[in-house]
Amino acid sequence: MAIAASPTKGSEVPAFLTIEDVVKDFGGGAVAVNHVSIDIAQGEVFALLGSSGCGKTTLLRMLAGFETPTSGRILLAGKDIADLAPYERPFNMMFQSYALFPHLTVWDNIAFGLRRDGMDKGKIAERVESMLKLVQLSKFGKRKPHQLSGGQQQRVALARCLAKRPQVLLLDEPLGALDKKLREETQIELVNIIEDVGVTCVMVTHDQEEAMTMASRIAVMSEGRVMQIGAPSDVYETPATRFVADFIGNVNLMDGTLVADEPDHCIVDCGDIQHFVGHGITGTAGMKVSVAVRPEKIHLSRHPPASEAGHESHGTGFNRAKGVVKNLAYFGSFTVYHVELEGGRLLKVSQNNTQRYRNDDLTWGDETWAHWSRQSQVVLTQ
Amino acid sequence: MSGLAEWLERNPAVGRWVRGRNAVIGMPYVWLLVFFMLPFLIVLKISVSEVEGVRFKDVLTFSDNLLQLTIKLGNYVFITQDDLYFKTYLSSVKYAAVTTVLCLAIGYPFAYFMARAKAAVQPTLLMLVMLPFWTSFLLRVYAWKGLLSEGGWVAGLLNTFGVDQLLLAAGLIPALGKYMNSPFSLVLGMTYTYLPFMILPLYGNLAKMDLRLLEAAADLGATPFTAFWKITVPMSRAGIIAGSMLVFIPCIGEFVIPELLGGPQTLMIGRVLWDEFFSNNDWPMASTVAVVMILLIIVPLVVFNHYQARAQESRS
Repeated sequence: MAIAASPTKGSEVPAFLTIEDVVKDFGGGAVAVNHVSIDIAQGEVFALLGSSGCGKTTLLRMLAGFETPTSGRILLAGKDIADLAPYERPFNMMFQSYALFPHLTVWDNIAFGLRRDGMDKGKIAERVESMLKLVQLSKFGKRKPHQLSGGQQQRVALARCLAKRPQVLLLDEPLGALDKKLREETQIELVNIIEDVGVTCVMVTHDQEEAMTMASRIAVMSEGRVMQIGAPSDVYETPATRFVADFIGNVNLMDGTLVADEPDHCIVDCGDIQHFVGHGITGTAGMKVSVAVRPEKIHLSRHPPASEAGHESHGTGFNRAKGVVKNLAYFGSFTVYHVELEGGRLLKVSQNNTQRYRNDDLTWGDETWAHWSRQSQVVLTQ
Repeated sequence: MSGLAEWLERNPAVGRWVRGRNAVIGMPYVWLLVFFMLPFLIVLKISVSEVEGVRFKDVLTFSDNLLQLTIKLGNYVFITQDDLYFKTYLSSVKYAAVTTVLCLAIGYPFAYFMARAKAAVQPTLLMLVMLPFWTSFLLRVYAWKGLLSEGGWVAGLLNTFGVDQLLLAAGLIPALGKYMNSPFSLVLGMTYTYLPFMILPLYGNLAKMDLRLLEAAADLGATPFTAFWKITVPMSRAGIIAGSMLVFIPCIGEFVIPELLGGPQTLMIGRVLWDEFFSNNDWPMASTVAVVMILLIIVPLVVFNHYQARAQESRS
């Protein structure tokens, strides 16, 4: 069976932070967060991924205590924290805008939370210094936030919320304010720091790359609901629904009819394409399904490839299609081809550029065969 | 007009300089030069001039190949010797300071809740703060006379609550039930008049504040009370300074309010200035008082500008 756990059910992890059937209704029709349940394990980096307006930020703000759930419970190690004010929660949040106090120095920004706890001065100094060292800003303690670059400000914000040794670290679009190059460097750095500290972390992001590289598990959200929870590879390779398949990465979604469903394979007829899928599904012949194939799992060749598995089929054969290169986009490390099939369907195919130049490179208007293996498809029933 | 245009054509460099940005920037400076700096210099000159009958002697004279600069410092010396001037300066500063503190105490919460009110009602609230300006300032101050004098209903209200006993004990009114022409009525009038000048800059400052900073403070363990004192107040410093200066500076030289609501106890420098000019007809003395007053006001202004510049630097 290739289809992962059902959408809203988490995998079996000992829950540290439990979000239990939480609803947030701001009134005025739309429900921001709609019956969401998530279990998050201790030490885990968990990402809430979704486009803007999907309710992920509202959920995070409920964890921080800035919003109160309309119904449902939030449990930390079994204790309900829904009634605790933000300043009473052992949670610290890194804001998307960083929200550094502009009138305080970097040092005082980091010490702010510690002073609120009434920690003695020596200990505060020790903790602040170690935090500055952790984020490699030891020399910048006396600066004001506006005298730092974006990346440095981000690290101050991280140091400030880690200084109190929170039980849960909340990150709101942690890298959203950085430019692309810096974002890639910071992703790894941020994960290393979080892992060093060993803090449980819930992050919100709309950037799937950020979620995939940083998180151990991802909850894909849409319109206030959780669509799927799983490890990045689960969510990418075995999406549970058409929405998730389409939302994460690029995909070719093909609607068709289930022709045969055997324990070790199934066959789906999509009209112009016949799919031979290397696993069975729980379905009945004749039901409407979709087949998802990622662009990088499709190969192109000038000559007709062998039909998959030697099984007989009518028309063009299994797992292959003939078409014309309609468009191509060169990305350096790979090239994306848009192949128009004879029936008019457009197939997205990406090929790694493993050699510098090849004589037989496909170009606009070339005839080509697209083919893929029986292990590359996912059959989606919802 | 055409002469000027022709002249500018013949001198393109001057033309370029006069047109555009420099002209716009230059206009207020020319205005200040003509209507502030020049009169100030004239006043300064009068203050050091000797009087001969009904006219002032020239400060600079040239006769018998002798260039003479005559500066009479007598008035300045006199100011330092007669403690009337020192006392009235001090009393002006005192009443201005008390008014400023009261305006801040009343205006800050006012501006704070206005800035935190729903965005939809903020324009209305702002309008209400400015509404008193629609009536003549003189009329509004004069109205207090009626409200505070015996039989006035504010006076009646204060009597009912026994506020007069408190004020009398503090030495702010001359007798029970008599509120007019006392330090109390003066400060009340000035606070009432200058309150909007405190509220407006404070509101402007507080409304701009990033509320996420307060969320961040709460997240780091600050109670709303701590967050207010550690974040909101320090961040509104520029607004506090601007508002305080806008109240303090005009209060020092205030003449109309002390004249209408003040009394024998509340001699302020504006009154002294008036007397020197119009009762004693001693223009050099009056000019001296005016010059010293301007210097007295310039000091807080310089402090204000210094902080403004610093605040701007930390924002950029």
